[in-house]
Amino acid sequence: MKNKQLVQKEKKPTILRSDKISVRFGGFYAIKEFDFSIPHGELHFLIGPNGAGKTTFLDAICGKTKYTEGTLTFNGSVNLARLKEYEIVREGIGRKFQAPSIFPYLTVFDNLELAMKQDKRVFPMLFSRMKAADKSKIEDMLNLIGLKEQRNVIAKTLSHGQKQWLEIGMVMMQEPNLLMLDEPIAGMTEEEEEKTGELLLELKKHCSIIVVEHDMDFVRKFAEKVTVMHGGQLLCDGTMEEVQNNERVMEVYLGKKGDDSHAEAL
Amino acid sequence: MQSFGARLLERKWLFIALILILIIMPFFLSDFRTNLLGRYLAFAILVIGLDLLWGYTGVLSLGHGIFFGLGAYIMAMYLSMESMAGAVPDFMMWNGITELPWFWMVFSNPIVAILGAIMVPMIIATILAFFIFRNRIRDVYFTILTQALVLVTVTLIVSQQNVTGGTNGITGFSTIFGYSLSSPVTQQILYYISIGCLVGVFFLCSLLVNSRFGKALIAIRDGENRLRFSGYDTSMFKVLVFSVSAGIAGLAGMLFVTQVGIISPTMMGIIPSIEMILWVAIGGRGTLIGPVIGALLTNSAKTFFSETYPDFWLYFLGFIFVIIVIFLPGGLMSLTQKLKQRGGKHEKQAVSTEGKETNHSAVG
Repeated sequence: MKNKQLVQKEKKPTILRSDKISVRFGGFYAIKEFDFSIPHGELHFLIGPNGAGKTTFLDAICGKTKYTEGTLTFNGSVNLARLKEYEIVREGIGRKFQAPSIFPYLTVFDNLELAMKQDKRVFPMLFSRMKAADKSKIEDMLNLIGLKEQRNVIAKTLSHGQKQWLEIGMVMMQEPNLLMLDEPIAGMTEEEEEKTGELLLELKKHCSIIVVEHDMDFVRKFAEKVTVMHGGQLLCDGTMEEVQNNERVMEVYLGKKGDDSHAEAL
Repeated sequence: MQSFGARLLERKWLFIALILILIIMPFFLSDFRTNLLGRYLAFAILVIGLDLLWGYTGVLSLGHGIFFGLGAYIMAMYLSMESMAGAVPDFMMWNGITELPWFWMVFSNPIVAILGAIMVPMIIATILAFFIFRNRIRDVYFTILTQALVLVTVTLIVSQQNVTGGTNGITGFSTIFGYSLSSPVTQQILYYISIGCLVGVFFLCSLLVNSRFGKALIAIRDGENRLRFSGYDTSMFKVLVFSVSAGIAGLAGMLFVTQVGIISPTMMGIIPSIEMILWVAIGGRGTLIGPVIGALLTNSAKTFFSETYPDFWLYFLGFIFVIIVIFLPGGLMSLTQKLKQRGGKHEKQAVSTEGKETNHSAVG
């Protein structure tokens, strides 16, 4: 927000800017000098073949993996390099993992209660009580993710798709400015995919979203903007149409044997 | 909604029933038996803290003998000083020490001793846990580390025998706050104080696990990463729980030494530290009440078998343990769950007990 230049240049303020970041494991670059930026309220898809560095990029943002070079700037002024995972979350970055990770022995309601934006330090937690406002926030989220009926169900017993929605709901309870989803529709039925897509459009009203996805039909349907990664680097970005017609993208996807599914999809 | 039988099986009622039984026990038991039961009560207090740590937070410590021992030693130092009235204990005399060292003198005041027996373990646990959990040492690595710490502590106490009593430990107390320790009345009062402490600790820990904080502990156990990426500094939660459980262990040690009259390194070493975890497992972890029952029953059984079948008692005990592990992996408490399942509705009983508890609190 402080960065006036950026605000002037673009219509909407940039929420996250990656400036030539690299993630190196020993001598291997999982990500190399990757530039990326996402404005406020955008639904941005990150695609690319396996091993392109998509998930690693999300890891670097949320602090799971430390990036070795470059800078990640959040909200115009926050440098993410020095923050711990939980501090990054408190800044307003939410991450949903690829495999649904929820708290299996707590109820759906309790899962959301814990994730809710609140003072999460140890001693305040000891004395925190359920307020009416908290309750209505959780109820709203239950409606949004379609788990109202399951509110008192132990999360372990939910179906795969419901677990995914619950985790998305949990991340949203943190009221993030940036939501990151790693293959949210993997393993879902078509009907569930559709519901998830609609959920994303709804969530977009509240925050920017980065989605890593392999399913090209899904990307085509919901993407506003697409960034293609390859070998840890930026291949191209733009609208889905632009990306689809990009020669280098065609090359990477079509030129590669054994990656037929992507080829067909494109 | 539920039948009376099912209600009785609710943990709260189970605990109240247990306490009532414990209160009337001295009227049926000899002084010697009451005193034995009093020792088991000290263990029952200790396992509540361990359950908080292992059953709820998923942190397995095989090193709580340290904190139990610390509490016991501090109380022993006080009792010893009270009995000596200014003189130094025998073992110090034999080693040519004529003046009490400073860390004895500190605890010559009864209030300082009682507070110290709880606070010193807590402070040491906090410092240890801070560095361990900050460095993300977890699971089996943490457990191994706690075993090493027990060994270090025991070795330290044995090696400093001129001030700690070495392998013999500290003994020979005659009075506590002016009352004779050998009198049955004093021992009965100590027995009832132990019950009071058990109730207090149980109540506090119940409050803790039923709060939002308690849900966070379960979340750490089942998905620490998810909780960390939900904005929680999970290591600090573990530090606090470790510290609380150490304080409870110190309290237990203090009560133990007043009723047993001796503390030595063997009572806080590796084997007792592991045994404590067995009591939790036998009773049923993550239930608070289960470990209490586990500690009382296992220790009673140990005494019964060792008196009745002096040659075979260890086999009996081992056999019982194997049976429980195979048929009741959730401990004795899963037995009540199974009974409940028979009578009550089917769906909800399938979930774990802690899930059910939080269920209620979330709705209410």
